[in-house]
Amino acid sequence: MDAIELHVNGQKFGVHADPDTPLLYVLRNDLGLKGTRAGCVEGQCLSCTVLIEGRPQTACMVPVGAVAGQNVETVESLVGEGASHPLIDSVLKEQAGQCGYCLAGILMRAKALLDREPAPSRSDIATALDGHLCRCGAHVRILRAIERAVQAGSARA
Amino acid sequence: MTAIASSPSLADNPSCSDWIDLSRDAVVVLKTGKVEIGQGITTALVQIAADELDVAPESIELISGHTALGPLEAGTSSSLSIETGGRAVRLAASAVRAIVLAEAAKLLQAPPESLAVEQGRIIVSGRETDLTYWSLAPSIDLEAQVLDHARPKEPAERRLVGTSMPRIDLKAKAAGAGFIHDIELPGMLHGRVLDPPASGRRLEAFDEAALKTAFPSVQVVRDGSFVGVIAEREELAVRAIERARRLATWSEGFQVPALMREAIAADSAEPEIVVEKGDVTAAEGRTITTEIERPYIAHASIAPSCAIATWRDDTLEIRSHSQAVHDMRAPLAKALGIDAGNVVVIHAAGAGTYGHSGQDDVAYEAALLARTVPRRPVRVLWSRAADFSLAPLGPGAIVRAEAKVDAGGRIAALTIQSQSQAHVSRPGRGGTINLVAAERLAVPMEKGSPPDVPLARGGGADRNAMPLYAIPNVHVSKRILRDLPYRSSALRALGGYANIFAIETLMDDIAASVGADPVAFRLDHLDDARARAVITKAAEMAGWPGPTVQGEALGIGFNQYKNRSAYCAVVARVVCDERVRLTHAWAAVDAGEAINPDGIINQIEGGIIQSASWTLKERVNFDGDAVTTRDWEAYPILSFSETPEIKVSLIVRPELPGLGVGETATGPTAAAIGNAVHRALGIRVRTLPITRDAILAASI
Repeated sequence: MDAIELHVNGQKFGVHADPDTPLLYVLRNDLGLKGTRAGCVEGQCLSCTVLIEGRPQTACMVPVGAVAGQNVETVESLVGEGASHPLIDSVLKEQAGQCGYCLAGILMRAKALLDREPAPSRSDIATALDGHLCRCGAHVRILRAIERAVQAGSARA
Repeated sequence: MTAIASSPSLADNPSCSDWIDLSRDAVVVLKTGKVEIGQGITTALVQIAADELDVAPESIELISGHTALGPLEAGTSSSLSIETGGRAVRLAASAVRAIVLAEAAKLLQAPPESLAVEQGRIIVSGRETDLTYWSLAPSIDLEAQVLDHARPKEPAERRLVGTSMPRIDLKAKAAGAGFIHDIELPGMLHGRVLDPPASGRRLEAFDEAALKTAFPSVQVVRDGSFVGVIAEREELAVRAIERARRLATWSEGFQVPALMREAIAADSAEPEIVVEKGDVTAAEGRTITTEIERPYIAHASIAPSCAIATWRDDTLEIRSHSQAVHDMRAPLAKALGIDAGNVVVIHAAGAGTYGHSGQDDVAYEAALLARTVPRRPVRVLWSRAADFSLAPLGPGAIVRAEAKVDAGGRIAALTIQSQSQAHVSRPGRGGTINLVAAERLAVPMEKGSPPDVPLARGGGADRNAMPLYAIPNVHVSKRILRDLPYRSSALRALGGYANIFAIETLMDDIAASVGADPVAFRLDHLDDARARAVITKAAEMAGWPGPTVQGEALGIGFNQYKNRSAYCAVVARVVCDERVRLTHAWAAVDAGEAINPDGIINQIEGGIIQSASWTLKERVNFDGDAVTTRDWEAYPILSFSETPEIKVSLIVRPELPGLGVGETATGPTAAAIGNAVHRALGIRVRTLPITRDAILAASI
């Protein structure tokens, strides 16, 4: 089995896995990037959302062979060495979580939104997050945290 | 010296050393049996301990839910962790501080009142000394009894408690390896288990040979109708179990009356009287009745149930996100035929589960698989379908409430009966095993039928069935159904959700019938000042009674959780167009002392949103004995676009004991929504959830 070349968070990896293996398991078990959460593993809860070439996709539904050579971003990219992404700071400032299991996927969706649209309205944000399931009811804080990140972004610009 | 109120957690763990260890320099090891389930308890316990000890919260290392290293405490449930576990930590930490200061006073030959502690260092008359907790640790006896030395600070002396310290665990949970699912033990293998279509079904045929041929590197474990696989790679275990599904034929299910009303009527259960106050039959007045129906509700945790088990000779180590790490040992051991003393359970955080879901079941299944590969840890995850269909559900219920209203418009009598399956059936309760896979073994283990929770422990089906209102004659009963095949157990607030929905629905109906304002009518029937204060505050925040517009209105709901815990009033604003939209919720809460105000507000917000989701959207459906709502498409929950604006106001009383807040918003939110819909449309919906179909059905 030839190695599959993966570009994850700006780093290159060679992975020996069946190309049909869901990206989710390769990220978590081969690359040790545990931040991408396994939720329903049926593409419905969106907790495993990562960015592939900048577009949000559920890592449980994407075969690893299909993303060879493409840029994959996971939630770990938001907390690299040095400063965290404003989205992380905002989530912590707003204490925008309870159990926190849904946050990694939501953060990646929010990053894709902010990369595309730096000044989304609250309803744009809510619409973008529809489909992401949060069971604890941290919704109000999560929306507020993303609004805070938007403001932090516009303050810097 | 006045006696200090103790905590039940201290009864089994009376020594300072049960709670605190100072043997590592500059580190306070704080031990607790309570566990983090997303509610922020570990942060609150660190705050309490750091405050009493005068150390930085960062110097505290927590051991939480470790059956070998930590104190044996009751499970993390029923909104009791602050009230019991928090109290024990406060007393233990204060006792350690007092013991250390007594020793320091001796060494320094200084009067004890001249001593203080800063960051763990002893200060005498404002000057630093060489002495610290850690330098003194070898010369003090932490085996001393907590209650002999406890001297908790006065409210005014606390610095950390009462502040909104950020959660200690949130960053790892947002973007790191913060969960049990992320633990990688050396040599760990991946397991998966074959799901039956319903918990009681058995395998009629299974082509094990075909599975082994297709997956030669996968180990197949079988015991009767229990089938599991173990693989080196996770995706291989997943693929093997998918194939196994197609190679299995299960026994047929059986029919159950499709309507809960019929199933409940047909059940052989007898009613039990819970409370009799005065004489409801002798009371006179006009009768007003309501009967509400609550469906079965899924815990619907976002994460799959997960456990890691490792066998070494005949001892078993389990990593689990169970809320009852101590209590699960005995039933696990019994189901595995070993001594409970040979089971160690170590808690690791999962996603929120809001009660007893599949956490304990999956731990047993991991143990069954791991037993075939000694010394290798085996990690098992449940499928989404298993979490919906095999885990216990919050039981459906019918609650009937009947009031007699006298000529003066006051409630003279109230009779209430709550009917449902038992609300708590955690493994071990009443000597039962209740681990779902144990029923599928070649020699199946009896599931057993534990008793419902007695009112003395907060009640189960009858939780919050006793109204807090001043009513001279009250009769409360419950009927615990025994014949239904569904697995039911604890879901946030237990019977309190349906009972408060029923009582508060009736309160509004009575108020309407006597031409009274719902808020004023409640206040007229309440003597408890704290109850009155939260209702008054919530109404004020919402601008009660609000404008009268067709299709839009405010509604109110209130409870004191378990009639002894936190007070909560919720006002909901709904807009009813093609469906019911909850646009705003205002809540006023009195939980006594607030350890972490933002943590309380977070819990209340979450309680409101989860209850709104149950109340507006959620219903588990069945076909006979089998759950048919097996994925998120079939079981939608409240979305981000449907999220209301929420304002929470805390009435803080630092001098009163801190009360748990995880469940107090659940019942009032449902009632507030139902009452708002009634005021908006003039339609009383008594069957939950309040969907468009339910409104149409209620309007004819």
